[in-house]
Amino acid sequence: MRRLITDTLVIAERNLIRLPRAPELLLAFTVQPIMFVLLFRYVFGGAIRTPGYSYADYLIPGIIVQNIAFGGFVTALGLNEDLHKGLIDRFRSLPMARAAVLAGRTLADVVTNSLSAAILIVTGLIIGFSFHVGVPRAVAGFGLLILFGYSFSWVFAFLGMLVTSAEAANSVGFIAVFPLTFISSAFVPVGSMPAVLRAFAEVNPFTIVVNAMRSLWLGAPAHNNVWGAVAWSLAIIVVFAPLAVARYRRAAAG
Amino acid sequence: MSATAEHAVSATGLRKSYGEVRALAGVDLTVQAGTVLGLLGPNGAGKTTIIRILTTLLKPDGGSATVVGLDVVREAAALRARIGLAGQYAAVDENLTGLENLTMVGRLYGAPRREARRRGEELLERFELSDAASRATKTYSGGMRRRLDLAAALVARPPVLFLDEPTTGLDPRSRLQLWSTIEGLVAEGTTVLLTTQYLDEADRLATTIAVIDQGRLLAEGTPAELKDRVGGERLEIRLGDPAQGEAARAALSGMADERPRLEGDLLTVGVHRRPSAIVEAVRTLDSDGVAVADIALRRPTLDDVFMALTGHAAEPSGEAEREAA
Repeated sequence: MRRLITDTLVIAERNLIRLPRAPELLLAFTVQPIMFVLLFRYVFGGAIRTPGYSYADYLIPGIIVQNIAFGGFVTALGLNEDLHKGLIDRFRSLPMARAAVLAGRTLADVVTNSLSAAILIVTGLIIGFSFHVGVPRAVAGFGLLILFGYSFSWVFAFLGMLVTSAEAANSVGFIAVFPLTFISSAFVPVGSMPAVLRAFAEVNPFTIVVNAMRSLWLGAPAHNNVWGAVAWSLAIIVVFAPLAVARYRRAAAG
Repeated sequence: MSATAEHAVSATGLRKSYGEVRALAGVDLTVQAGTVLGLLGPNGAGKTTIIRILTTLLKPDGGSATVVGLDVVREAAALRARIGLAGQYAAVDENLTGLENLTMVGRLYGAPRREARRRGEELLERFELSDAASRATKTYSGGMRRRLDLAAALVARPPVLFLDEPTTGLDPRSRLQLWSTIEGLVAEGTTVLLTTQYLDEADRLATTIAVIDQGRLLAEGTPAELKDRVGGERLEIRLGDPAQGEAARAALSGMADERPRLEGDLLTVGVHRRPSAIVEAVRTLDSDGVAVADIALRRPTLDDVFMALTGHAAEPSGEAEREAA
């Protein structure tokens, strides 16, 4: 167990020190989400009605959840690259803890996700978002956000080792996750959608997590959304972490 | 255990299939401690599969193997601390510096940070990479990356080193440099199992060569033994005057293994294990008044061995293959 922790930290450190040296990834963390916030707030925002809240208040919890779900992309791309460059072979030939490569990778995501969520919160505050709650609830919301992002890192870890190239990881991830984030309450109230989409949106975990965030940050009625969001996050980890580790054990460079 | 004491690597009946494709069809191998076994074969022969099994990356479908006395399946975890692997790809993180790469590997072997860093510096020094220690490895040349990859495999001073096509894709100078590095390691007592498609590489580095093709071991022996199988050395004599061909043949048949072959002005004389054959031939021909334009002793290459064993050349030949890699 001690081995797992130290090895995980070594790998997480490796992923973090290489990050500033790959500027294109850093751009994806910082500039891209700000751009989306501005587009939604000022291009679509005027046409979307969100009863009870200003669009800035409505948008920020939604877009921040979408953004954090995509944070794991770095894991998918990074693992895929490691696989093809033979680094995974090297790691697997070392006497290190088996789960550490993935655990370290996803742990590094927690750091980058926190950074990118903080950037989005600041951007939000500038364009008119405000917390309608006290500090403890705001912090709890941030914690939920990081937990949910962590669960998606495992989805992307699995994906990154499943597909044959970084390009494939990119398109499969995008096609699978992008619609999920849009057919939810992230950007528009689900009541405005056609019946079929609305039915899907209402059970979509993204809706549950976004609603939980709105309840924690804006004081919206919680219903069971907060516990639902925690349960979904844990369920995703429980399913995808073993899948990813199993895939890692059998992984072959090629 | 006693049998494995002198065998650093010992494998029996290794089998492995990928779906329908049979990669290994029962391979037996042993490597004496302190020697170099060269696994020689074309692309897809099963060389990499053998390395992957012996380094615990892949489980065999059948058969068993031990490395330094440890079973590659049952004692995989303990074994990983005792082996080093340098692969076909230079498996280093391009965004980390040379020193960061080696420090990371050292820490993953369980060394504390400071010790891992010191060992990294020591290896960079030894591999003449100290000047590039704090540069991201993506700025390294191909040869430098290979050296760093090899250094990473040596971090824990493993008694057995596995090298999967260590010089594929390298320029001739870097190749020679890497060869002498490997020779240095062997001189210090490291056991090496390397795969190669380059016959000259196996010839230069290997104590024993195992020729494999299509998942089977075709032959095993020292480079000299393998060459003996295809008939040994021969003299090639280009005559000054083709009309003297029969006279030259008659003069030299006494020293030949078999009747010398004459094609135009070229006389080929089998002189296996006959020291100073050139001097003897020149003297004989001179005293018989036969004019010699050129004379050379031709040793069989491993190319000849491969052709004789498999019926096809050890393709792909150098250049095309380097492009592909």
